[in-house]
Amino acid sequence: MAENTYDAIVIGSGISGGWAAKELTGKGLKTLMLERGRNYEHIKDYKYGTKPPWEAPHRGSTTKEQQEKYPVIHRGWAANEAVMGCWTNEQESPYTEIKPFTWWRSYQLGGRSTLWGRQSYRWSDFDFEANAKEGWAVDWPLRYKDIAPWYDYVEKFAGISGNKDGLAHLPDGHFLPPVNLNIVEKDVAGRLKKYYKDQRHLINGRVANLTEAIPGRTQCQFRDRCWEGCPFGGYFSTQSSTLPAAVATGNLTVRPWSIVTRILYDKDKKKATGVEILDAETNQTYEYYAKIIFLNASALNSAWVLMNSATDVWKGGLGSSSEELGHNIMDHHYNLGASGTVEGFDDHFIYGRRPTGFYIPRFANLYNDKREFSRGFGYQGGASRDSWSREIAELNIGGDFKDALSQPGNWNIGMTGFGEILPYHENKITLDLNRKDKWGLPVLAMDAELKENEKKMRTAITMEAANMLDVAGVKNIRTWDSGHAMGHGIHEMGTARMGSDPKTSVLNQHNQVWDALNVFVTDGACMTSSSCVNPSLTYMALTARACDFAVAELKKGNI
Amino acid sequence: MGSTVIGADLFLSGCTNEHTAQVLLSDTQINYLNEVGETILPKTAASDGAKAANVGLFMQTMVRDCYSDEERKVFFSGLNELEKASNKAYDKGFISCNAQERQKLLTSLDAEAKDYRKKNELLQQKEAERQKSSQASGKPNYLKKTPPAHYFAMIKQLTLLGFFTSETGYKSMGYVQVPGRYDGDVSHKA
Repeated sequence: MAENTYDAIVIGSGISGGWAAKELTGKGLKTLMLERGRNYEHIKDYKYGTKPPWEAPHRGSTTKEQQEKYPVIHRGWAANEAVMGCWTNEQESPYTEIKPFTWWRSYQLGGRSTLWGRQSYRWSDFDFEANAKEGWAVDWPLRYKDIAPWYDYVEKFAGISGNKDGLAHLPDGHFLPPVNLNIVEKDVAGRLKKYYKDQRHLINGRVANLTEAIPGRTQCQFRDRCWEGCPFGGYFSTQSSTLPAAVATGNLTVRPWSIVTRILYDKDKKKATGVEILDAETNQTYEYYAKIIFLNASALNSAWVLMNSATDVWKGGLGSSSEELGHNIMDHHYNLGASGTVEGFDDHFIYGRRPTGFYIPRFANLYNDKREFSRGFGYQGGASRDSWSREIAELNIGGDFKDALSQPGNWNIGMTGFGEILPYHENKITLDLNRKDKWGLPVLAMDAELKENEKKMRTAITMEAANMLDVAGVKNIRTWDSGHAMGHGIHEMGTARMGSDPKTSVLNQHNQVWDALNVFVTDGACMTSSSCVNPSLTYMALTARACDFAVAELKKGNI
Repeated sequence: MGSTVIGADLFLSGCTNEHTAQVLLSDTQINYLNEVGETILPKTAASDGAKAANVGLFMQTMVRDCYSDEERKVFFSGLNELEKASNKAYDKGFISCNAQERQKLLTSLDAEAKDYRKKNELLQQKEAERQKSSQASGKPNYLKKTPPAHYFAMIKQLTLLGFFTSETGYKSMGYVQVPGRYDGDVSHKA
């Protein structure tokens, strides 16, 4: 038993799990990090990231076999030869779609932190107060002032590049120099600023890529091949950032191939005592014990672990006493926007490949902007010149055709909307007890959809995108809306929400499970609303904050 | 060496799988496709062409791994179609044609492929309408029938992809593997 006992256990190794491991080991706790998938070593295991792009045999395309075995990944852009080895095996780990749900998972060390989009924005009190002001769902048990110092803290360590834009609804942070806008984007930014009288802004994307080196990591080299794995450590991932820091303390043990099947719960002490795991390779069961547990298995799988824990006390699992566990699932809805062509910049081009583009922060339902729906949306976009894959009307084949395609084509600009999804109790995940995964464990069933508020917002997203491009003088504007299945935004949130009342929330203001105060959930599951900005930076800040609290409570003997 | 021999060779020497459908290209076919590719994207003063990038071998990989059985069938019979078109126009196989003849032939096939695509677009629109009305009448699972592309569209697409994503192609576009910095405005001679 002694060798299976630690001070802390972290379940999951993605963005929030990596932070939990770094913080807890840094505060002197012997910590066991459990990862359900394979080891995925920094640099060494980046299959294509360290090679020139032409060495990928299918140059990015996936094979027929992969298309058949990974149908969910092939619902969108995630299907690329370079990263197919990183996505979860869909045959071994299926799930049930009562309503369409796109679940892009990565069961390996680092989780989706090596694959993420790296956009990093702070939330504001417009977000934290929204539920309370509208009387919707439950109020967040914290405000911006509670999390602001933790945003500072994680930004300094992770390395976020961005511009200080002075917007109350998108607070500035501790930024490295921004990644520049290109000449066309700057032109459009100026026109929007003027036309909308400083009420709308096109700003530099704020991104977890280093524009200056920080200890142990080299600055971004502008290859734009982040998700293939960066040998420079140019962007934040568990591998490049939190894991080496945790390892350096000498307090970390990492155990891959460890599927946590349940949290062990002592009903007399009302505390967790450890976890039970299934070794994914040997099918052996083991138990590990600790004083505190951080559950960071990603929003849906963290809910799964809770649903399977302490079922002798609560039929619905640990944290289900509020009847909110697995409910209120959110995402950001996208797959829509507008694009067009830009004239007058043919003698301008760019050098290097950025890992980001521009961002247009929310403007709907802020200040004097009132809409027929609640909440808001933002846009990510970029301007670029067409590449070889374009058609040239007057040329079909031959030397002129080849030489023309080798040169950049027309400038175009496009933007994709990301909209807030409200928490609805009826949007939920449950255990499908009739269906088992490769290891005989019940799978999740997804039952969630966009509702009227989101549908109304989508109409506004495409309309406003087209309006802004029009104002900026963009030609040949077209809008698109390819529809949105829940999950497709890869921003799953809300399945174990925070709140101020154990009757209506799963977690308290410090991310503790109300029914087991030594269990902390600090991934997307904890979110009480979804905002419209990318959530990972907020998971980092909440995790660091909860770790600080947990260790203080542990020292006081409170947990 | 006449066109008949090449045509026969194109069919006979390719590998087959257990369903006897052709899966792999023969070396002769790879060379043949390199010549076709070179006509689509030839060597110029500015850069090397498709043959230097070995687009024929790339097509082998793509057709084997990424094509459906139906697409593969169109692709392989397309090689014969191309030979037929060459024989019809010049009374000799593609390899025996001179550069000018090759370019003229492939230009006409490109036009043919574009017409075919236009027709397909119309068909696809009709199919989309059928799907919609089927769904409206309570049959949600109507599968749209989308015919595969014209064989020359496949060859051209694979040539472009194979060339521009090869080391030769990347170099032709001035690709720098590790740029080290980003500049959002550099001058460019149009």
